[in-house]
Formats: sequence, C-alpha cells, structure tokens
Amino acid sequence: MAQPKKPIKKVEHVAQPEKPADQLEPAALPKKQVKQVEHVAIRFAGDSGDGMQLTGTKFTESTALAGNDLSTFPDFPAEIRAPAGSLAGVSGFQIHFSSEDIRTPADEPDVLVALNPAALHANIADLRAGGMVIINSDAFTGKNLERAGYDGDPLPELVDRYRVVEIPLTALNREALKDLKLSTRDKDRCKNFFTLGLMFWLYNRPIDSTVRWLETKFRGDVLEANKRVLKAGMHFGETTELFPASFTVPKAKIQPGTYRNITGNQALAWGIIAAGVQLGRPIFLGAYPITPASDILHELARYRDFGVKTFQAEDEIAAASASIGAAFAGQLAVTTTSGPGLLLKQEAIGLAVMTELPLVVVDVQRAGPSTGMPTKTEQADLLAALYGRNSDSPMPVLAPCTPGDCFAIMIEAFQLAVKYMTPVTVLSDGYLANSSEPWLIPDVDSLPRTEVRYREDPENFLPYERDAETLARPWAIPGTKGLEHRIGGLESEENTGTVSYLPENHERMVQLRAEKVARITQDIPPTEVNGADHGELLVIGWGGTYGAISSAVNEAREDGLDVSSVHLRHLNPFPSDLGEILSRFRQVLVPELNAGQLRRLLRAEFLVPAESLSKVQGQPFKVHEIRTRIEQMLSAGS
Amino acid sequence: MAAATTAPLKTRDFVSDLDVRWCPGCGDYSILKNIQKVMPELGVPKENVVFVSGIGCSSRFPYYMNTFGFHTIHGRAPAFATGIRASRPDLSVWVVTGDGDGLSIGGNHLIHTIRRNLNMQILLFNNRVYGLTKGQYSPTSREGMRSKSSPQGSIDHPIDPIALALAAGATFVARTIDVDAPHLQATLHRAHAHEGTSFIEILQNCPVYNDNEWLELEDRKTRVSAALALEHGEPLVFGPKGDRKGIRIHDGVPSIISLGDGDDPVSHGVATHNEAHHSASYAFALASLARPEFPLPIGVIRAVEKPTYEAMLQAQVDDALEARGPGDLKALLHSGDTWTVE
Repeated sequence: MAQPKKPIKKVEHVAQPEKPADQLEPAALPKKQVKQVEHVAIRFAGDSGDGMQLTGTKFTESTALAGNDLSTFPDFPAEIRAPAGSLAGVSGFQIHFSSEDIRTPADEPDVLVALNPAALHANIADLRAGGMVIINSDAFTGKNLERAGYDGDPLPELVDRYRVVEIPLTALNREALKDLKLSTRDKDRCKNFFTLGLMFWLYNRPIDSTVRWLETKFRGDVLEANKRVLKAGMHFGETTELFPASFTVPKAKIQPGTYRNITGNQALAWGIIAAGVQLGRPIFLGAYPITPASDILHELARYRDFGVKTFQAEDEIAAASASIGAAFAGQLAVTTTSGPGLLLKQEAIGLAVMTELPLVVVDVQRAGPSTGMPTKTEQADLLAALYGRNSDSPMPVLAPCTPGDCFAIMIEAFQLAVKYMTPVTVLSDGYLANSSEPWLIPDVDSLPRTEVRYREDPENFLPYERDAETLARPWAIPGTKGLEHRIGGLESEENTGTVSYLPENHERMVQLRAEKVARITQDIPPTEVNGADHGELLVIGWGGTYGAISSAVNEAREDGLDVSSVHLRHLNPFPSDLGEILSRFRQVLVPELNAGQLRRLLRAEFLVPAESLSKVQGQPFKVHEIRTRIEQMLSAGS
Repeated sequence: MAAATTAPLKTRDFVSDLDVRWCPGCGDYSILKNIQKVMPELGVPKENVVFVSGIGCSSRFPYYMNTFGFHTIHGRAPAFATGIRASRPDLSVWVVTGDGDGLSIGGNHLIHTIRRNLNMQILLFNNRVYGLTKGQYSPTSREGMRSKSSPQGSIDHPIDPIALALAAGATFVARTIDVDAPHLQATLHRAHAHEGTSFIEILQNCPVYNDNEWLELEDRKTRVSAALALEHGEPLVFGPKGDRKGIRIHDGVPSIISLGDGDDPVSHGVATHNEAHHSASYAFALASLARPEFPLPIGVIRAVEKPTYEAMLQAQVDDALEARGPGDLKALLHSGDTWTVE
C-alpha cells in the first residue's frame, strides 16, 4: 500500500462506559424510551474473521422470532481469511426487517455497524443519509486506517452526514471477560457477540434463541464468555448515554401460520428431501464442493434417516455421471453445482437428454465467466443451461424466485423429471442461496404427491416407446426381469432404442425430444400478472430478482404509474400464455443480473421489442435502480 | 425385484440380438465370448447384471450383452457405475473400458472408483492404441510408437495400468490375455467373487492399428518365457524345461535367477507369490516387471479385503434410521426455531 500523504492522527475515543460492563445488573430492565419504527435495515460489517455472518444470522433468527417480516443479504469475500484489516477482507451481512411485507434487504441500510476502518470504508457510501454508524473505536488505529486506505481519520467528516457512535468495543469486551482464563485472542473473538448484544438491546430483540444456540455449540469458559458478553452488550446499551432510546418494530401483519427463517440453499436441500418423500423414491445426490452450492451437499449429508445417499465425487463430471447412473438404477437423482461445474457436467447432461433419464441439475449461479467472483451473485447461466450442450439438446429450465420458493421448485423439478423422463435444470443464484426470509412452513399433507411408476411388464416392452400424453419413455430399471435392454449416447431408433444411423430416424428423434420438452407447458399454471393485465409497460424477470422487481413495480403503481410485472419460474418451456400477455403491453423491460439473456430469448421467441436493464456487479438489484428505469421508460414512451 | 430365474441360464441367454461390429480378428471377440460363457456360471439373474462402458471400441461391449447395459460418455463409465452400485447394491456391475477411455480421459474416475472400493468389476482392454479414432498412440503405447499422431514416434512415457490400480489402493488386481480362454474365465470368476473393486487388465490385440502388440504373450509357445504365471503360494518361476528361471525380490527390487530343472526355487531365493500380502510393496514389485527385461506377470497380482463404499454408505443409512427412526418431513420442517402468526 502506498504511504499516506498526511500523517495519520491517532483516533481518540469519545465514548467511555459509565461503569465496567460486567458489574452491570443482569436483570436491568429497559428504563429508556422505546420508539416504534416500521422498518429498519442494519448492515453488520467487519473483517472476514470477525464473525459477521454469524452475528447477522443470529440477529436474523431473533428478528424472525420477534415476528417481523425480514430479508437478508450476506455479502462476503471468497478468501477465507483475507489479510486482516484490508478492504478485500470485509465481510458484510445486511438485514431488513419490518412490520410490513418486505421483499428485499433494502437499498440503503439505516444502521451500519463497522468493526474496523476497512468495514467503514467499504460500506459507508451505502448508508442512508442521516443513518447511524456504530464503530469499534479501538480498531481505528493508525495502522488499520492505513490498511483501509484512509489518509487520515475519516470520522470527523462523517459527523455532518451521519450519526456516528464510537464505542471501544474491544476494551469493553475484554473488561467483561477479565476474570476468565482465556487468552486475549480468544476473548477478542467474542466481541461480535458483545456487538450482537448491543444490537439486541437497541432493537429490543429476544436473546433466548442465541443463548440456546451457544449452549449447544460451546462449553466451559468459551460458553461463559459468549453468554457474558452478549448480556454485557445489552447492558451497555441500556446504561450508556450514547443511545438515548431503543427501538421496536411491531410484528408484521402477515399470513397466519407457523413460520421459520430459511435460506435458499436450506430450502433447496429440504425441497430435495421432500421430493423423495412425496414421490416415494430414494434420493441420490452426486456433488463436488463448489461455492455457493456446497451448503446443499452439507445439508443433505445430514439426512441419511430419509434414505438420502450423498456422494461427494472426485469432480463435477463424476458427480453428474454418478447421479445419472443412479437415475438409470431407479433413484431420484440430483446433482448440484455452480456455473463452472455446470459446464463440466454438460456432456453428461447431454447423455441424460439422449437416454431420456430423469435427473435434476441445480446450478446456484455466481458471477463469471470462469472462476469470476465465486461468492457474488449473477444470473448469467441461463443461455448455458438452455444451449450449453452439443447439438440440439432441449431441457426444461426452472428458476425459484425467493429463498422459500427453492423448496417448492425442487418438488416440481423432480415431478417433471420423472413424468417426462428428462433431465431438468434449476437455476438458483448466490443471492437466493445465502439470503433468508420468514417462510410459511407448508402443510406436508397438502404438498403435491406423485406416484412414480417403473415399467414392470415385459410384454411388448420397447425402451423408447412413448406415452401418448407426455412422450415419456418407460423407466425400466435394472433388476426387473424381462426388461434387459441397452441405452447409450448413440442415436436410438424410435421405439426400439436400437442404435440407428438412419437419417430420417435421427431427425424424428430430434423432433421428439424437443416436442417432449415443449409439452411441459401443459403442466405450467397460468402466468400471474402483478398489476393490470394490459397497459404501457410490463417488467418481466426471473429468479432471485423477484423481490426487487415486484417492490419497484408496486411502488410505481402506488404512485399511479402504468406498469405491471411478470416473474417467470419456467424458462423452458415458457408458459403458453406468455406471448399473449406480452402482446398486451406497449413496452417490455427485462431487468437481469446478466447482459440481457432472457431479453434475447423473449425477442427471439415472441418478436417483442423488449429492453434490457442489465446489472453485472455481483450484487442484487436495488429497488430504486429498477424504479428509475421504469420512470424513464414511461416518460419516454408517453 | 424379480426372484432368481428358475431354469439355469445358458451362454446364449447373454447374447443380445445386435450384430457384433468389431473388426475381424479383434481381441474383443474372444473376450466377449468368454464373458458370455462365464455369466451363466456366476448364478446371477441376468436382469441383475449391468454392463457400463464409456467410449471406444471396447465400450461397444454392453450392446452385445443381453443384460442391462449403459453405453455412456468418454472416460466416465466408472462414475456412472458408482452411482448405480452405490444406490443399488443388489446389482452386479461390470465396467468395460480401454486404455484410452480408462487411463487417459477417464483416469481420474478410474483411480477414485478403485480407491472407494465399490464392489464392481472393471475390465480394461489394453491394446495400446486408439482404435475407434483410427490409430493414434494411447497412454499405454510404447515410447517411440509411430502412429497417425506420432509420425516421428511417441514421446509420451507410458503408464502402467497395474501399478496405477495398486497406487489407487485396489483390493483386487489381475492381468489376463484376450485369447487365453481358461485363464480369462478363471480370472473373471475370481473378480466376481471378490467383494470390492476388481481391476482386470486384459491384454487385447488390435489387428488394424497395433497388430501383434502382445503376440509373445498370446502365442502359447512364447508365453512360457514371456509370461510369469502367478499362482498364490507358488514360487515365481517361468521359462521352459531346461531354461527355468525365477524371480527374486530383494529390498523390493526384483531380479532374475536361473534354475536347474531339479532345483527347489524357494531355497534358491525365488519369491513365493502371495496375492494377499499385507504390504502392497510386493505387488508393486510385480507390477514393475516389464518386457523385455522381465516376464510379464499374468494372474491375480493382489487380492485383499477392505470394506466397500456401498456397504459403509448403507450402514450410515441404517445407523441413522436406528438412531432417529425414519425421517419425518413434518418434523424436519418444524425443527429448530419457529413462530406462529395468529
């Protein structure tokens, strides 16, 4: 790093605790004023080793239990431990919680918790004007400021724009733990829980779920230390004069029922388990570790009691191949990956297309090309999923639109795979994978149930004879007497499946494979239009952008603008009513986290002058970005 | 699942109705015939037999077997077979691959399948050439081999399939010859009986692109000197009467000693074959025996016991079921922290 031009001034701590935190009365009741607000967005930011993701997750769980609607956005570097104090190592976790229905983690946080200068530097530009910055003043040393790229003390300049709260978190945390026989390093590792305790107090969140979690996770002095600083943080908030009031966000008025907090990856894994239960066949997962999809493998590996067999393969190709082998053997097979892995799997997936075996491929998309930005989100594998295999190789493609929808989409993906005997791709993304929302737990009895039938009757058995409605071939699995047959990647003769090089047969089979996938439209429900079903502007999106798009469109409609939206969960085939819906709008806008892939498909398929709103920064859309474009198009079009 | 067939199966029950389309004189014909001969003797219902292959001449094999068959993609057959066997331990799984398919594009899957020790048979037809793509040198081709892609001679150092399998921790490793019917059949029986991955290198002739590569081993007259026939518990001797020789292994390094017709090999320091030797070093010493300096070992090189992947995987499922009972979806969805909105 270059030498700073100005000498760095030592930051002076302005805040001191009234008395040591560990001497506070644990049962101190809130005496300060409690103000009610309708929604708040907080961003926790620190070094990648500071435990910001854990802090954010625990705050989220507590917020969920407090009954708010919420949406989170974890944003972290790919490096496990980037150099301490560096900008590259900043890890952030944003949570937006509200008494009303919300769908995004919020464009601008109201509160930024920055545990070091780098966290401040990397995040301050996003903070709402007039928002609150809580910093760990102990970390604002000359060296840390230099590492963060600051020439001098940034705090004096911030005071004009924000409410800056400086707290010597490191010192307070150590003081609270002074009589414990832990190393200073170990004590310092608890300071995120001091911070968490403080934030629990500031927003009147219950601490019980975090305490319970600590008790299952730690023992002895480490448990004691974490519990103690959690409470010390709360008591500090109550006693310090830095916070004249705390805040409360009333429970959200949402659909009655039992809720849990869930991330997209967890919902997706549970959707796979549910598919196994609802379809009544065992699950086989072949996977190779890859960010941001690995959590699905981790989660499924825990559920052998559901008969789930997970196979950590030697590479992406083997993961796909083993899954296809399991599908041939009669399992509900799935392989999970992210972009680079999808490309490695494509030849094997092409074999599943050719042999017409049911396989679900999950691609949790990340920023690319190549290795790209592994922990950052993108939606740029759509064309690869559709067209990334050699020759004409049609495959259904589905995309969940919220973290909770990842559950439902997996059941649907397996249903389609077995009903039509085809591989199916599910495109999730890094944002859906790691962000969370309250999820209305579905009634298990009302989940779709499908009877999976293997072919058993050897009479007149033909491996490629097709069902009249779906064009599916029979699923004839090894172990079934009289059904011995061979399948493979060579072109098959219609019905018999015998290897065939006949020109007309190949053309016929290409058409049949395409027609089979096209017939899936009969299983796609009518498209829901958010807003008026005709008008000036239709905003159409897919995947994880649902929250931002629907929020922007709803806001614009409330302001009287003539705009509606459609969110596609089926990218191939498109819903059969889509062309008709598109024709009822004068303009079409397609916001995507890619350079315009769905836009290209819509133009090609429906000959509509769809425009693209492209964002490829590894970050989800902000609501105002879409809103601004809606306004531009409407003012230009009128 | 169907019960075992009542009438005993015959060789013809395993012959599919597809015309075999290998080149005339190809070693694959002999291998196919011997496998079709052995199949009914194994006592496995044919609906429980699955042949899996990749790409190459050898990989057309499943089409000719009247069992379940899966002709997959280049090099990946062991991975497909892994998915089949890991999910369906009731099936008898056979992988057919070649030196290009198994050792070049599919080398990774071969080593990882072997190290996991799934109970399956991997038959690697080694003809030291790419046949289906018309004659390029392969990973096992000899240095200097002139081929379409190496007109001045191959500059690749070849890989040895046996040493590779041993390095991957193979529990059963054998080498046999396409035209040596009794030995091939006996080896197939041994491989099928073995619990774990059985790796068999089958020396196979390609009459079109690499004719007579193994001639000295295929020809009975020269085989006596060119091959070291392995028999468990028997000394490592080879050569015709009047020119008997033995293999001594000292500090892991093999050497040849001459033996008189009446000499007791063991007392002269000739090693005794032990396919179950606790150390793989002995097997590696055998694998290092290469033509023309040494005779080529033919037979079971190593056979040891290790738990199979699928058995351990199933045990984890069983343990989870015993500890927690069958998975309850409703309980799962409601596990951990939940809250109710009235």
